[in-house]
Amino acid sequence: MKSNTLTIIKKEYARFFGDKSLVFTSVIMPGLLIYLIYSLMGDGIGKIISEGANEEVTLQVENMPQSLEAMITEADSAVKIIEQPFGEEEVSLLEDKDLNMVMLRFPENFDSTIATYDPSTGELAPNVEIFHNSTNNASERVYQTLTAMLTMYEDGMSNRFDVNRIDCEVQQPYDLATDEEKGAMIWSKLLPMLIVMMLFSGTMAIAPSAIAGEKERGTIATLLVTPMRRNELALGKIVSLSSIALLSGISSFIGIALSLPKMLNTGDDVNIGFNYGVNDYIALLIVIIATVLVMASMVSILSALAKDVKNAGTLITPFMLVIMLCGLLPMLQSGVSENLAVYCIPFYNSIEVMAGVLGHELNWNAVMTTLISNLAYTGIAVWGLTRMFNSEKIMFGK
Amino acid sequence: MEEILRVEGLSKTFTLSKKQQKIEGTTERRKVAVDGLSFTANRGEIFGLLGPNGAGKTTTLRMLSTLIKPDSGDAVLDGCSVVSDPEGVRGKIGFLTSELKLEDFFTPNYLFDFFSRLHQVPEDIVNVRKKAMFEKFGIDKFAEVKVKNLSTGMKQKLSIVISLVHNPEVIIFDEPTNGLDVLTARTVTDYLQELRGEGKTIILSTHIFSLVERLCDRVGIIIDGKLTHCGNLNEVCDGMTLEDRFFEIYKEQKGGEQ
Repeated sequence: MKSNTLTIIKKEYARFFGDKSLVFTSVIMPGLLIYLIYSLMGDGIGKIISEGANEEVTLQVENMPQSLEAMITEADSAVKIIEQPFGEEEVSLLEDKDLNMVMLRFPENFDSTIATYDPSTGELAPNVEIFHNSTNNASERVYQTLTAMLTMYEDGMSNRFDVNRIDCEVQQPYDLATDEEKGAMIWSKLLPMLIVMMLFSGTMAIAPSAIAGEKERGTIATLLVTPMRRNELALGKIVSLSSIALLSGISSFIGIALSLPKMLNTGDDVNIGFNYGVNDYIALLIVIIATVLVMASMVSILSALAKDVKNAGTLITPFMLVIMLCGLLPMLQSGVSENLAVYCIPFYNSIEVMAGVLGHELNWNAVMTTLISNLAYTGIAVWGLTRMFNSEKIMFGK
Repeated sequence: MEEILRVEGLSKTFTLSKKQQKIEGTTERRKVAVDGLSFTANRGEIFGLLGPNGAGKTTTLRMLSTLIKPDSGDAVLDGCSVVSDPEGVRGKIGFLTSELKLEDFFTPNYLFDFFSRLHQVPEDIVNVRKKAMFEKFGIDKFAEVKVKNLSTGMKQKLSIVISLVHNPEVIIFDEPTNGLDVLTARTVTDYLQELRGEGKTIILSTHIFSLVERLCDRVGIIIDGKLTHCGNLNEVCDGMTLEDRFFEIYKEQKGGEQ
């Protein structure tokens, strides 16, 4: 790399790393915030789910068949059943969300009524009423148990066949996907968008100030009267911005990797831990570097076009929306494309490769096509930025 | 004397935006800023471009410093053309104007080293030159203070020092004392004379008559983008004071409007 390019890179690093607040807001804060927000969300959801899991609930019943009592206590041992008729006034007690209580009312002579009920007559079916308060976790828990149990009870009365009965003697799993594969599917849908957004946010945080800011402050002219070639300046800017944005992206990635399992493992039995090999990590690193180069190039060009930092933000926002849209695509489609031409489309190629790697469908041809095409786009951007630095209309136009 | 700069038929026309048209009070879309300018400057002299605001002085100096390209004509500076070898020109000049700013975040020490590297100044020379120039301009005590914390005068002195890190043969100075306090202005003019003594060539623009009289060996009068007169002070003044002579020329050019 030419010495002037290195001088510009060093200057951008000195500018960035010498500003502690900028380092904190661009590198440390994104990862930290993501970790805290996702962890708190996960803890919050887990708390909501676990709250009231073992609390005792009073179940006041009316006209309940004797046969159901044993089923209920077997399904939820923390239920205390009281047989006592109730009216509207008692039901209104459930408005108190701190009351761990559910009221269950069956029609009189329930068993004989349902035995004689004929759906073909068009008459309304006998109605079982369950009064509860869904904002009380224990009350909601018992309501869910009763609903599931009564549905099964009703199915059992007219049972002709089962689907995937789980009490077979030979416990052959019905779903043949492994936990690892289930986890990979979740990562491949969620992470590409998050990674790309984090990288873009990192680029957005620094690039406008490094180019549009230099125009706004009048410092670009000071650089342009030195004998440094314009392409050295363009390359220096893009490489330094890419590497700093990469740091920001890595910080966000660590935040996501540490906190997402916390958020998603909230009672589900799927293990979504990161189970990837060295090749997967190398491929991810290559594609992240290739992505950040294109991002820094694009944001640099838009920043050079802008009059000031504020104007740069306005110009860049529509592109951020397009990139977000690309990030959503893996959620809407199954699998990744095998057509290598797809991997020449900037940003979309990165999303596809990341989705492939994270979904255990690593395709080195796709990775290399993405890398080469992104390097080509970066080269074009350096050329374009060089021309812009040469343009007095763009650099000094009012 | 050895000719170091030859300017021939330099012209520049700007397209005005609606806003600029309003400010200029014109309906014309195009404005001729510099119109076929030709002059020469010799090694070791101070050449002044004298003219009113909007005459084209700054545009001329910006073309000489390669910040903007001429529409036609050329200027050859110490063998390098501003049109065909702008990088060569940039290596030979030090350009200073109020529109060139220094990054607030850095210290004078860092900026001196940074611009020295861009100008490919050898490391051992950088330190010697930095020490001498910082001492001359009183920056040495503030070498590690960030630019944003320096006084306006100190910032201006630092800008001068930074533009000269590579000890250029030609120094192009747009309005050298504009906006400076009297002490800094004196330091700058003394330094320009010192540079001339070292054989450097200085091209400056100004609208201050006393500055031209005190500093310049030769002067070019520029009005409405055209160089009307050029020569040493005696030739241009024709027995009058510079100020009286300038207004006489100005009236001739404007057809007696003033």
